[in-house]
Amino acid sequence: MKNKYSIFSLIKNAFSYHENWQKAWKDPAPKKEYDAVIIGGGGHGLATAYYLAKKHNMKNIAVVEKGWIGGGNTGRNTTIIRSNYLWDASTGLYDHALKLWEGLSQEINYNVMFSQRGVMNLAHNLQDIRDLKRRTHGNRLNGIDAVYLSTEEVKKFCPIINTSPDIRYPVLGGTLQRRAGTARHDAVAWGYARGADEMGVDIIQNCEVKGIKRNGDEVEGIETTKGFIKTKKIGVVAAGHSSVLANMAGLRLPLESKPLQALVSEPVKPIIDTVVMSNAVHAYVSQSDKGELVIGAGTDDYISYSQKGSHDIVEGTLNAILELYPIFSRMKMLRQWGGIVDICPDASPIISKTGVKGLYFNCGWGTGGFKATPGSGDLFAHTIANDEPHKLNAAFNLNRFVSGDLVDEHGAAAVAH
Amino acid sequence: MFLISCPYCGVREQSEFKAGGEAHIERPKQPTELSDGEWAEYLFMRKNIKGIQLERWNHAHGCRKWFNAVRDTTNDEIKAIYKMGEKPPTI
Repeated sequence: MKNKYSIFSLIKNAFSYHENWQKAWKDPAPKKEYDAVIIGGGGHGLATAYYLAKKHNMKNIAVVEKGWIGGGNTGRNTTIIRSNYLWDASTGLYDHALKLWEGLSQEINYNVMFSQRGVMNLAHNLQDIRDLKRRTHGNRLNGIDAVYLSTEEVKKFCPIINTSPDIRYPVLGGTLQRRAGTARHDAVAWGYARGADEMGVDIIQNCEVKGIKRNGDEVEGIETTKGFIKTKKIGVVAAGHSSVLANMAGLRLPLESKPLQALVSEPVKPIIDTVVMSNAVHAYVSQSDKGELVIGAGTDDYISYSQKGSHDIVEGTLNAILELYPIFSRMKMLRQWGGIVDICPDASPIISKTGVKGLYFNCGWGTGGFKATPGSGDLFAHTIANDEPHKLNAAFNLNRFVSGDLVDEHGAAAVAH
Repeated sequence: MFLISCPYCGVREQSEFKAGGEAHIERPKQPTELSDGEWAEYLFMRKNIKGIQLERWNHAHGCRKWFNAVRDTTNDEIKAIYKMGEKPPTI
């Protein structure tokens, strides 16, 4: 039984110099067989395991992770959470996640530092205005909080934005979702891992999957660097490497893996208390609790697993940031990195069964998966446990690429793909 | 970020080029006879290889010609360049 984290446990542990905290999760060797195995110990994979154990009473399960948990794209994203997508299916999916975020710290007894500081999306041309107004109306019809802002209202909400009409792409308006915001990305992985571990889920790190064994049309188990693990259900949540795992099972997916870059500045005093995104000039920025500016750049257009992007992508983003925020002109950037994102042709994810019995994929989140972590885990757990999708992820099936029933969210992805 | 040797112009920065994705995906000869599943395979399904990939590039900010490359997607190293219509070299 795990000790509950609280102000009292914090005080108690302070007396012993914080040297006696319980381990948050065990480090078990894999058993020979599990009822289900989740491949990928990022936020989505750990959340899937957590909800499988919590809501579907599947306790004899494991999460296998080739590195350490939360060490992949969970630790590389820019932590933005919002649900202001265009289509009904998307708002259903992302707002389900947002509602789970709102109670997540209490649910998993782990402070994920969820901060509803609002997300503003800027319009820089007439088409942006039309698109953002349409999206605002769509959001409100779906019960998502969204307002359209004039240039003056944008300036009032975030005074450091340069709203001069003389810049290359002037700010003509914007939208605001006040319930949106950010969270601490590592805490999400750690919190779900701790919660899943407590319910008996084995979290197996440094265990790379080398093969997926099939017996005709059903799965039999996985070959790993720690030996063969027998299982009848496999949930793959491997982000940029989804195609590699699909290939092991003899499947092809409609995905392309590309580098996506982000960067953070030196820490400074609080200067921007919201998240501002701009699709047209491709720049978005927020400020972490440590004081760093967190800046997201775009994807390169070529397939790569190299985890490093091109310099011109970062340069373009910083050009746009400097024009919108002249106040940042002398900031120094501390770190820059790239992660590999798996992008679907319609910029929507896949949370789906496959043609192979017992094999499920949760992938294709592209540039915006972090925000969906709790919802993605919950719905994927439902899909694995019942061998049927939940109504909220039914539209995000793999078969939509055959039927043509795509969920085209290129416009609502906050940055251009 | 890497350099690409355009077979028509010589070595240029990658930012001058537009990536065209997986090469040698043949357009169906009888489009009207394709099933939905076969269309999905042609339009959407990709190998998305981690390793040696055959791919297309367009020198968008140069001669605007298309050509093929053999590139290792794990480290972006280009192994060979060959023109459209040519057989891929064995690496």
